[in-house]
Formats: sequence, C-alpha cells, structure tokens
Amino acid sequence: MPTNDTSRVKPERRRLVEILLGGGLIASVISFVYPILRYLVPPPVADLGGDEVVACKKGDLKPNSSKIFRFGNRPALLLLTAEGEYRALSATCTHLSCTVQYRNDLHQIWCACHNGLYDMNGRNVAGPPPRPLEVFQVNLRGDDVVVRRKQGA
Amino acid sequence: MWRNKTIWRYAWPGLLLCLAAVPALAQSTSTCLDCHATLDPPLQVTEQQFAADIHAQKGLTCASCHGGDPKLADMDAMSKKAGFRGKIEKKQIPELCGKCHSDGAYMRQYNPSLRTDQLAQYKTSVHGKLLAKGDLKVAVCTDCHGLHGLRPASDTRSQVHPLNVAKTCSRCHADAAYMKDHHIPTDQFAKYTTSVHFDALTVRGDLSAPTCTTCHGNHGAAPPGVDSVQNVCSNCHVFQSQLYEKSSHKAAFQRSALPGCMVCHGKHDISHPTDANLGAGPKAVCMQCHKPGDVCDQARVKILGNLTQLDDGIRGADQLLAAAEASGMEVSEARLEQDQARDALTKARVSIHRFRVDPVNQDVQAGMKIVAKNLQAGKDALRERDYRRMGLGVALLSIFMVLVGLRLYIGKMEQKAR
Amino acid sequence: MKLLQQAYDWLDERLDFKDLAAPLAKKTVPMHGRSYWYFLGGITLFLFMLQVCTGILLLLYYRPSAGEAFESVQYIMTRVQFGWLVRSIHSWAANLMIFTAFAHMFSVLFLKAYRKPRELTWVTGMLLLFLAMGFGFSGYLLPWNTLAFFATKVGTDIAGQVPVVGKWIMIFLRGGEEVTGATLTRFFGFHVAVLPGITTVLIAGHIFLVQRFGMSVPPEVEERWKAAPAEAREMKFFPSFFLRELMAWYIALAVLGALAALLPWELGTKADPFAPAPLGIKPEWYFLFMFQTLKLIPAKVWLVDGELLGILVFGAAGGLWVLLPFFDGAARGRGRRMILGAGIFALAFILVMTVYGYVAK
Repeated sequence: MPTNDTSRVKPERRRLVEILLGGGLIASVISFVYPILRYLVPPPVADLGGDEVVACKKGDLKPNSSKIFRFGNRPALLLLTAEGEYRALSATCTHLSCTVQYRNDLHQIWCACHNGLYDMNGRNVAGPPPRPLEVFQVNLRGDDVVVRRKQGA
Repeated sequence: MWRNKTIWRYAWPGLLLCLAAVPALAQSTSTCLDCHATLDPPLQVTEQQFAADIHAQKGLTCASCHGGDPKLADMDAMSKKAGFRGKIEKKQIPELCGKCHSDGAYMRQYNPSLRTDQLAQYKTSVHGKLLAKGDLKVAVCTDCHGLHGLRPASDTRSQVHPLNVAKTCSRCHADAAYMKDHHIPTDQFAKYTTSVHFDALTVRGDLSAPTCTTCHGNHGAAPPGVDSVQNVCSNCHVFQSQLYEKSSHKAAFQRSALPGCMVCHGKHDISHPTDANLGAGPKAVCMQCHKPGDVCDQARVKILGNLTQLDDGIRGADQLLAAAEASGMEVSEARLEQDQARDALTKARVSIHRFRVDPVNQDVQAGMKIVAKNLQAGKDALRERDYRRMGLGVALLSIFMVLVGLRLYIGKMEQKAR
Repeated sequence: MKLLQQAYDWLDERLDFKDLAAPLAKKTVPMHGRSYWYFLGGITLFLFMLQVCTGILLLLYYRPSAGEAFESVQYIMTRVQFGWLVRSIHSWAANLMIFTAFAHMFSVLFLKAYRKPRELTWVTGMLLLFLAMGFGFSGYLLPWNTLAFFATKVGTDIAGQVPVVGKWIMIFLRGGEEVTGATLTRFFGFHVAVLPGITTVLIAGHIFLVQRFGMSVPPEVEERWKAAPAEAREMKFFPSFFLRELMAWYIALAVLGALAALLPWELGTKADPFAPAPLGIKPEWYFLFMFQTLKLIPAKVWLVDGELLGILVFGAAGGLWVLLPFFDGAARGRGRRMILGAGIFALAFILVMTVYGYVAK
C-alpha cells in the first residue's frame, strides 16, 4: 500500500483514510453480499401456484359435498358428485360476483345473493346469472386433487 | 367445360321460369302491401314493417289476422265474401291473438317452448277485467307488443324487451290526463327511474334486474297484494325473505296489514339501502314505528354499532394497505382477503332481516377477524418498508464512506506522484 | 497472509502479472475540460455486469411460461428474501443502462470521438445500443403483466408493418400469429441466451477497439494542445482513472439501491389475452419517441401508408446513424457540420417527442 510512506501525510489523516476506505469497503461489500445470500435461501412456500393448484387431498371431500379453494386470485369451487366425480368451477357468480355454493339438496350450484342457479356443469339454469361459470380441469396426481385452467380457454 | 353446352340449352327456360316465379310468389302473399305501403297512416303498412314482423317471418300473412283473399284482384280481395274482417276492434284483439297463442297444438309448430296461457292470464289482469267491462282505455296485446312490425320480446328493439318495458308501461301510466278516470297514481315511472333496480337494469346493464312486469306480472298485470309482497321480492332476495319469515316483524306486519318488505324499503323508488337506514337521522326507517329507548331501539343501536364497526374496520385496513401499496409494498394478497371481509359485511347486512343482534354480531365478528389479519399484513408491510429503508441507510452510509475514502486516497496518491 | 503471498507468488511465477498488466500500466487518459464524459462507457459496462449478476439471481426463481411467469415474479417480490431488491435493481439498472448508453452515444457524437480510426468502435457501440433496446423490449414482457402484454402486442405489430419481411418478422418474434405463451418462451430465450451471447462478444470487441486506439481527444482540444504541447495533460488509467471510475460505479450503486428501496418496481396485474386493451398503453420510455412519432404521422401521406412511412424513415435513420462516421470525411468539414447538426436535431427530436409522449393522452 502506498500509504505506508508517511513522509508527507499526517498520521491521523492516514488513519482516517484507512478507516473510511477499509471500513466502507468491508461494510459495503457486506451490504451487497448479505441480501444475495439471503436471496439464495429457498422460501418455505415453493410457489404461488399460477394456473395450477392443489385444491385438496383425495379423501378430504365426502361424495355430494364441496369446498371453496383459492385459485389464482379468485375463489373456486371443487365438488365431489354423489357418483364420485370431481368437478372444479369458478366460484364467482357471473351476475354480481358473489361467491357461489354447492347445494347438496338440489344437486345444483347456488348463489345466495339473488337466487341464481347453475347446474353441475356450470351452466346458468335459473335466476339472474347471465353466463355460465368457468369450468376448470381436475386431475388426480397421487393423493393430490389438482385443478388447472383449461388450455386454450 | 363448354362441352356441356347442351345442358345450358335446356336449363335456360327453366331458369327463366324460376326467376319469373319469384315476384309472383311475393305477390301472392302480399298484394295488400301494393296499396297499403303507399297509403297514409293509420292504413299504412310498409314493406320494412312487414319484413321485420315475426309473424310474417314465420309465414303468416295479412289475411291471417284481417281475413280476405289476397289472390283476388283489387277490392275483391277485401270483400265480405272473401272473409275480410277489416280493422280489428280493440275489444276483440286479445281473443284474436289468443286464437293462435292459446292453442298449444298450433303454437308447437313454431315455438314449442312458448307459453300459451297469455290470454287466460290477461283475463285475470286489471287490464283484462276492465276491458271485459267495456273500458277501452286499457292495454290490449298490441298496445305493448306493437302492431305491424311486431318483434319478439328477445329483440332489443321490441317494446317489451326488458330494457323497454318500463318506458312502454309509462306511456299510459305516467300520463296523468289519460289515467284521470282510473284514480291511481301516475308517478310510478318517475319513482322507478330513481330506484336501485332501474340503475341495475339500465346503468349496469343487468337484464335480470326487475322492471314493472317482474313484480306486477306481464299478461296478468296487477298490483301484488299486501300478503304477496314478500313472496315477490323473495324471488331474488332469498336470504332476506327466509330471515324475515322467522322474525317478529313478519307476524306484526301481517296483523297490521302492512306490506312486508315495502314498509322499510318502499316500492317503486327502492334505493340502495345504507346503514343510515338503521340510524336515527332523516333516512332512519326503524323509528317510523319504534319509540326511542325501547328494547327494539336498543337492539337497533347494537346492530348499527356492529355494522359500523366492521365498515370502519374494512375502511381502515383499506387505507393502511393503500399506504403500504403507495410505498411500493406488495400486499395484493391482503387486498384480496379484503374482499372476504366485504362479503362478511354484506352477509351481516342481510342478517339484519332476522331483526336480532346475535346473527349480525356473528357475521360482523367473522369479518372483523379477517380485517384484523389484513390490518396486521398492512402493518407488517409498513414495518418491512421501514426495515428496507434502514438497510438502505446502512448501505448508503458505507457507500458514502468508500466514496470519501477513495477521494482522499486519490488526492493523496496524486499529490505524492507529483 | 503468508499463504496468500505464496499463492500470489505461485501464480505470478507462471502468469507474470507485470507483463500482463503492462498495457494497463501504459494506458493513459487525456485530461481536459470534458474528461468526465469518458466515464459514461464504463458506467454502462458496470450496469451491464450488474444486469448479468441480478439476471442470474432472478433465473433461480423465474418460470418462463404464461401460466407461471407472473406468479413466479410475484413470488420473487413477496416470498423470496430480498427478492424485491434483486428484481427492482434489475429493472431500474436496465433503464439506467439504456439511459447511460444513449448519453454515451451522444457524448461520443458531440465530442467527435467517432473520427478515423474509431469508425468501428462507433459501429460496434451502435449495435450494442440496439442490443440494449432489444434487452429492454424482450425483458419487459417477462413478468407477463397486462401492460407488458399489450406493449408487446403493439410493438410486434409495428414490426409487422415492415414491407415484404414484416409479417415474417412478426411471426418470428411472436412465435405465431398472436402474442401468446409461445412469445413469452421466445422472448425469454432471446433475453437470457441469444442477446447476452452476442452482447458479450460485441462488448469484448468494443473494449478491444477502445484499448487499441486509446481515448479520443476532441479536435478543438487537440488543436490547442498541438499549438501548445505544454498544456497537454493526461492521467494514468491505472490507478488514477480506474479509481475514479470505481467512485462512479459506487455512486451508481447508491442511486440504484435508493431507487429499489424507495420505489420498488411495480408488478401490475396478470396479463389476460382476452381482456380488452387498457387505455393509454405506452411502451418503455426509450421507445416512446418512436411510438409518439408514429402516432402523429397521418394515416396517409400522399399514397403511402403513414405508419409504414414512419417505420421506413426510422429504419433508414437508424441505419445511417450506424454509418455516421463514414460521412465525416466528406468535403472539407461539411460532413462534420452535417453530423453535428444531425446530432443536435436527433437529441432535440428525441427529447421533445419523449416529453410529448408522456404528456399526451
């Protein structure tokens, strides 16, 4: 280091430069490296899903019952028919965006807000809803019931 | 290709014949229009009107209603001998339309799912009853559906399309001079246009929103009786009706012959209900009947307090999240959860119709739980923001130290080199 | 310490650091009133290196598919520790890099550093500028948000207007007739493999040329120095200039850190190909002057389609700009004055149109 030559520079001044430069360099490098190291630590949740989400485990639902799960940023409805078939649909009513529910007495999907009815395929069959509910694809992967948006829709 | 010339030689006359037949065919159905298109109203029926008419499209002709024989020349077509009925008397119109429209077997040929009870219903309506008594000022089929150029109700240009129904009714019902002899109010349309239902129908374009006929019936139009108000409203407002059914108000209103839902919500000018309706101010509805300080008033205060608590909670969380968002924090998840809190508030507002504190309180507490979570998310976001700024401060300070250090170092180095 | 010294000696024995560093030690930078413009190229280089580092970090979590891209960026922003910092720095540094690259280009133009023998340095630099814009265009789409989606739609649409090959270019860029998940995959490929590869080679060439010819001295200063050689000043590249450059890099870091912490880059809403285009879509600011100009040109100019004309003019101007140094030799200073005029005009045009683009609805 050229600073070893003290003939012209006062010692206190030399120390100041050393502290500023050395301390600053070390501190700044730490402030760059620390976030990167933290960044490399994988977070506890592996991902945010996207167009595919695990709605529940096999066996969580009894036949002729349903559950609401989060799909992207909207609620969706997973229902297990009395015949043991899984169906997944958007749970947002096409009328005024209330959350719909499965009525196991009617075997239909019902919106409580204005008495809208959809059949199990999401078709609007009675009441105000102007359009059918969006239908998602359900796959079984091991023990997971996986719901995904239909391709090309 | 041209080897087939012989085919052309034979095909020509046939083709010409076909072409000649086209105008002849048209003439056979509507020689009537040859004259009536050129006449002045009310005798005028234009080609366009005829072409737009659903009956004409299905193959019916003028003679189907008016009789006569359009195949005969000139005025012979409209002779008594040919069965010509001329202008249909207003009084006969419902029966004439009903001749086909009440005939299930006949209508099945055209539209099997179309109802055939219109005439029967009409006879039960105020219009039908008055017509039977000889009142010719009432509406008959053609007054609402139109005459020539009649379009089906699903056509947006039809006078009975959901968007046009209220206007069509108002043609008579908002005309004070016309309604003078009938002694009923004429402000329904004016009031309806201020209602939440009109807003839903016209502004939000929700064709399922109620218009006149949704509550009064169309062919059987009559005011619903006091006892049937709740039934009519419950077609859409199911929960409210179910809760009201169990409430103390149901029996009390019935005893006093009060018209259910309408007591608080009004009828044609139903506005979007607000929490102020539960208050004690000018919009208050409870205090029209209840005395200040009685048991019910105390419950009212509690319910209102509950709703206000959740409403304020949601607003507070919204503000906090907006503040976090404005400083660049990602809180979209909490924002989404806020919708659930809003749903809970809507549910609580529906639960009012049980007129008890507990159900409302339950919904409100469920909502408050969500709000508390979101509030926490907002606070966390703001704390995270402060943490970031502190980190930035540390980094900037160390960068600043390096800069000053470097500057001094360069200065010294170059001083020495010189 | 002793071990370090041993390792150093071992390497030195084989590589001979002194000989390696000889060109660096010899290299000098002329000192005059406008020396500070020399820093811009270095800052741009530093920002590029920063982009490579943060880009690699983002690759650890990013997923290039229409179904997952948005969510994975959202994941980086919310779940990954300091993910917001890495992504915000990547976004901000990208914009800053394009800005410094433009500034570098104009400073070279106005200081006339493109003169013989540095024509090739200019050409490689211009190509690098275009590549930087390509980086911006392709990277903008990767978060798969609404704004980026429609900006890409409009941008590739404009490319499709080019006569004869336009349609082909558009399909090549989009990976089909429409902007879809296929476009995203393609843009991802361009952004992380194709463009970085080409850019690295070109940067190496650019820097080699800079080293080969040394720093250019503006002609006015050169004349002055020729008249009075005693006035000529220079500074050693290493360590004097290098340390100063280091200071500039640190300042850039501070600015980036502050921007990332105080104004984290927004994510917007997930792209929905079937949603109607939002009002007032605007491209990134560095494309805005072109976008705004194309909007201003009337639909028909004489018999030519207005937009087509605009694209052709911009294409021609871009091509001429690359070849700018070759007009410098023309007839006794006339070429140089022309270039100066063109530079001033281009700068003014870009500034006015960019501001206009921001103000206009």
